[in-house]
Amino acid sequence: MIKKKASTTAGMALRTAIILFVFVIIFTTLLAGVYLWTKPALEASATEEKMKLVDEVLPRTDYDNDLLKDTISLPATPALGTDDTTLVYRARKNGQPQALVFEAVAPDGYAGRIRLILAIRSDGTLAGVRVTQHKETPGLGDYIEPKKDKNKARPWITQFNGLSYAALTDKEWKVKKDGGRFDSVAGATVTPRAVIKAIHKATKFVAENQTQLYASPTGEGAPTR
Amino acid sequence: MITREEIRNITHNGVWKQNSSLIQLLGLCPLLAVTTNMVNGIMLSLATIIVMAVANVAVASLRNFIPHEIRIPVFILIVASLVTAVDLLFNANLHELYLVLGIFIPLIVTNCIVLARVEAFAAKNPPLQSTFDGIFMGVGMLWTLALLGALRELIGAGTLFSGIDMVFPSLQPLQVLPADYPGFLLAILPPGAFILLGCMIAWKNWVEARAAKRQQQPAIEPVATGN
Repeated sequence: MIKKKASTTAGMALRTAIILFVFVIIFTTLLAGVYLWTKPALEASATEEKMKLVDEVLPRTDYDNDLLKDTISLPATPALGTDDTTLVYRARKNGQPQALVFEAVAPDGYAGRIRLILAIRSDGTLAGVRVTQHKETPGLGDYIEPKKDKNKARPWITQFNGLSYAALTDKEWKVKKDGGRFDSVAGATVTPRAVIKAIHKATKFVAENQTQLYASPTGEGAPTR
Repeated sequence: MITREEIRNITHNGVWKQNSSLIQLLGLCPLLAVTTNMVNGIMLSLATIIVMAVANVAVASLRNFIPHEIRIPVFILIVASLVTAVDLLFNANLHELYLVLGIFIPLIVTNCIVLARVEAFAAKNPPLQSTFDGIFMGVGMLWTLALLGALRELIGAGTLFSGIDMVFPSLQPLQVLPADYPGFLLAILPPGAFILLGCMIAWKNWVEARAAKRQQQPAIEPVATGN
């Protein structure tokens, strides 16, 4: 009797284990199938989304190359605030450099880092800036995002369009409250200060490294200062 | 199959009596994070309804094959794979909708209401009933989150339906309070969600206490007071 009971306990454990195993196999297969089936569509929409982001800062008529393929990877760059490898997209028209599209990070926002995407034309002027990620206070510091900005006609972030590192003195790269030339909303100046500082540093970085950034072969990290 | 009585019971349970947010207090984590406005609350609930209906159907159909001892790991396996599959399928086939609902689907993983309904209902009931339970639990969550989101948004920013243009580009948010309303930040921040949720629970309890009192009243004889 005892022997038989022991075998049923072991048998039950085995049975349960097998059932669990079968469930794991079934659902893992299901998941793998769904993943493989949806993968092409997901990749296509990821590319489309990247292009949408690029379109926000640089009009498509300004270049004729496949800029998502014409990239160099930058190692972590203090001047851009990045602490990981980032990609720089290079827009060209008839082979001539038109603009650089890249990411920068403002590390000192009111609530952590603010990630930006910038497009800087070959003449050094900013084609556009957008905030891609931030944790600023809702309803207060989030006007850096055009969608949340109450001023729909001329959102805050668009005042950088057409500016360049050379066009302004270091003192002018500040909010009006600090003696500079940029607007800010009363009560939320930490956020714009961080964004302005990051854009200032990024324009300076591009002004100093532009030739190398355009010349480096695709895929390789550009030498940076 | 399913009787009218059953449907009535399931609906009443899900929408009012066992309301996931007001009574079971399940899924508070996404609730607090998401209900900063009404549209977000509704969107999270819609995503949850889909996942709960699918998870309940799967578990109810497989319930006779799942040994009692290992039901929890199997439920977690089923729910996790289905949430991931729903996320991928949405992203691939209904990309426009995914851009709106998509950020909420991973949040559902932190929502214990799905596992709770699977364990409490789908494991013991046939697929059809379980589907209804999943849907109506979600509907209960929907109105609660919509109301909470609306209150927080109204008090916090003076608007309603902000973000609706992301779902229907032709619609505009409503400015309910005057445009120069300064806003009340506390309502938007997580403490505001706790305070308002508390008020809503109190309101529900008050409604039920009143209804119970009304039912009792005819039975109770007036009692003479005196010493």
